[in-house]
Amino acid sequence: MRKLQFHPCGNFNETYERELTIFETDFGRLSMLIGLFLLFAVIPFITNEYILYIINIIGIYAIAAIGLNLLIGYTGQISLGHGAFFGVGAYAAAILATKASCPFLIAVPAAGLITALVGMIFGLPSARLKHLYLCIATLAGQFIIEYVLVQWESLTEGAEGISIPTATIFGIDLGNDRVFFYVIFICFAVMTWMAVNLIRTRYGRAFIAIRDNDQAAEGMGIPIFPYKLLSFAISSFYAGFAGALFAYYMISITPEPFNLWLSIEYIAMIIIGGLGSIPGSVFGTIFIVTLSEILSHITEYLMNISPSMSGAITIAPLREFVFGLAIILFIIFEPKGLAEVWRIVRSSFRLWPFSY
Amino acid sequence: MENNLLLQINNISVVYSDVIQILKAVSLDVKKGKIVSLLGSNGAGKTTTLKSISGLLKPENGKVTEGTINYEGHNIQNSAPEIVTRLGIIQVMEGRQPFKYLTVEENLRVGTATRWGKPYKKDLELVYHYFAPLVARKHSLAGYCSGGELQMLVMGRALMAQPRLLLLDEPSLGLAPLLVKEIFEIIKRVNQEQATTLMLVEQNANMALQIADFGYVMENGKIVLEGDAKDLIENPDVKEFYLGVAATGAIKTYKDVKSYKRRKRWL
Amino acid sequence: MEFFFQILINGLSLGFLYALAALGFVMIFKSSSVLNFAHGELMAIGAFLFLVLSTWANLPIWLAFLITLAGSFSLGFIIERFFLRPLIGEALIEVIMLTVGLAIMFKGLMLFVFGGDIHSYPEFLPQALTLHWGAVEVPGVNVATFIVGLIFLGLFGFFFKYSSQGIYMRSVADNQPAAMALGVHVRRVFAISWAIAALVCAMSGIVIGIINGINVHEVSAIGLKVFPVVILGGLDSIGGAIIGGLIIGLLETFTGGYISTGLREVVPYIVLIMILMVKPYGLFGLVEIERV
Repeated sequence: MRKLQFHPCGNFNETYERELTIFETDFGRLSMLIGLFLLFAVIPFITNEYILYIINIIGIYAIAAIGLNLLIGYTGQISLGHGAFFGVGAYAAAILATKASCPFLIAVPAAGLITALVGMIFGLPSARLKHLYLCIATLAGQFIIEYVLVQWESLTEGAEGISIPTATIFGIDLGNDRVFFYVIFICFAVMTWMAVNLIRTRYGRAFIAIRDNDQAAEGMGIPIFPYKLLSFAISSFYAGFAGALFAYYMISITPEPFNLWLSIEYIAMIIIGGLGSIPGSVFGTIFIVTLSEILSHITEYLMNISPSMSGAITIAPLREFVFGLAIILFIIFEPKGLAEVWRIVRSSFRLWPFSY
Repeated sequence: MENNLLLQINNISVVYSDVIQILKAVSLDVKKGKIVSLLGSNGAGKTTTLKSISGLLKPENGKVTEGTINYEGHNIQNSAPEIVTRLGIIQVMEGRQPFKYLTVEENLRVGTATRWGKPYKKDLELVYHYFAPLVARKHSLAGYCSGGELQMLVMGRALMAQPRLLLLDEPSLGLAPLLVKEIFEIIKRVNQEQATTLMLVEQNANMALQIADFGYVMENGKIVLEGDAKDLIENPDVKEFYLGVAATGAIKTYKDVKSYKRRKRWL
Repeated sequence: MEFFFQILINGLSLGFLYALAALGFVMIFKSSSVLNFAHGELMAIGAFLFLVLSTWANLPIWLAFLITLAGSFSLGFIIERFFLRPLIGEALIEVIMLTVGLAIMFKGLMLFVFGGDIHSYPEFLPQALTLHWGAVEVPGVNVATFIVGLIFLGLFGFFFKYSSQGIYMRSVADNQPAAMALGVHVRRVFAISWAIAALVCAMSGIVIGIINGINVHEVSAIGLKVFPVVILGGLDSIGGAIIGGLIIGLLETFTGGYISTGLREVVPYIVLIMILMVKPYGLFGLVEIERV
């Protein structure tokens, strides 16, 4: 067996391939394998139904958050419509499953592709718009999609929503949370792997070049508009894929959850996690989902203490207040996000007890 | 002697972004009512010196790490620009930075920011007196003015602040020779009539030394030569490098130049 | 035909309301290039402050109005000082998210204090303001909005065009380093523009409150409507904001009146995308000169 590699003291990469490796040391690879083992073999069996539900939701949201980070964090195109794309994916899967009776294995990727197409349509303004203007154009996209989901009743059943039959893969019933956990996290692992590798390809590098300076990128021969569109497409594919999983997991969907608030939550996830960091997207998702669960527990608890109905109504908004405050504090005090915190913690462990 | 010193830079070092050191132990004096010119090639640190005086280093993530800048008893190193300008130091930045979407007169009025609320009509008249071509352009947008008009505009804008020390960064940049001459004449007149002390950063060493009283030559973030302007103009090294006149008239080989430069750096 | 005129009048007054709301937004953007997502919430805060002072504390209307304006002015100042200032120089998305965070926080706080119901002001506008024009009726509130709006627009136009402080503010928007070199107190300009913007927000919040009653959700939705308005007019143009507001207002009421009420809410955004595709900087926005 060859020797395990340790972390070098500085940047001593001698080849380009070396620079591009994902795991700098074999320990990194090892810990990832341990992590995967824990995730798949331990977690589903030690958690109760409720915790498992939360973990499943985190998995679904994390896929969409990674997609959004590819768009905002790597390509630098701000989108306020990610929640709507998530909804498009959910509806595409639901409609495919009910109206075309597609099997699960086809409906989910197909929903991703349909969303990618929709994402490209709403990415079209990026040809001419930049920064703030693009950001508002995607906001408009959010509202338009919301409107279509509610109003196109012949297809989406309007505000009543669609119920989806339980999914099966190769005859296995996916109605169980524990079974669905595997579906979600296998998808999650594959999508993460794709995203990490995408960044290392010429496409990923082109995205980063566009983010850092699109005019210079164009000057270097990167056709920026196709790449921006591609980025929109990939990001909405992730959103749509996650949305489809969400639809199957939730069994019935209405247009309501896919509003601006969801888009904002997604942006909050990747900002708190760390822009331009794939693990950051996951951290951010864990943080936001856990935070909102904890907050709703606290408000529920407070509601039970104060018996009067009026008290219960007035306490609930405190959840939003704390949520907003958390976003603000994070941006002011840790603008690089949880990914940076993680890096610092890790390196201080690694370097302990000599901090330099 | 001491009390006619307006500004005294004492051994300052300037570092950008905590890593890039631009100025290394620069010291210079500016006497009241004089014109001091600062010469040197690109990247020598002239602009940085001016910015360290006017407090404009901060937006560029620069810092005076050592030494002091003394202006009439105030230590102004690393002070915010709004404090420094209120003490009467105004910098005219390199490359004519007008407010493009403001009219000429509005541009001039921004110059009154250091003494907000006080009357400014007299100063306007004064500026129009020095820079007559501006009168005709009063109400047009600064973005549509020519280079010469813009140079006058930014200098006039600085004059509106009634500066006691005016820092001019390359006023001749990209202007026709005749215009350069005119601008320098105005600078000289302002200096004499308004008793404004001037510090002048220039590539056009000949012009600068003709109107200046004292000169400093910078290289690689250090001051390598200083002296009265009329001595500097006669100095063989200055003549060769900045005025374009070979000292002996003989053709210098590249090797000679290099050895000279190497020697100079040890100063 | 009467129907048409009634809709026209409604559209114009709605548009004027949007324009007024957009003013504060443009102010912040013009001086500090911050896209303020907490705009609707600032309006709601102003409206609620006025409600508290005028009904709960029973102050005379004019005094309540003045205190509201002063209070919002200070609020804007505080927001800039404690939340925006640490972020000067940070990436666009972080500043945007910060204002989003502010919006969520304020909204939660207001829901906590006032609940989600509709509150309304006591009747205080004189009846004489209501205009009758054949069968078409212009409610007094709209007339009052129009008058107050015109006064404010005039004041702002004057402030930016002629007052020294206004010129300093424009100079900062134009070329920040140059303004700094001339001794313009850039941070103070940011703070003042936030303060004035909050004041304008409070004004428009009060007007909305008079017309529709105040409800946190509704007012913050109007805050989002400001985006199509200002983008349409160009983010940095006050005149554009007014025209943008009128266009959006008319579009909404006419779609609502003649096509469908559901479409009414999205039509501004559809038009927005179409216009942006043709004119990427809005109808009156300054084209940014970009160089590598």
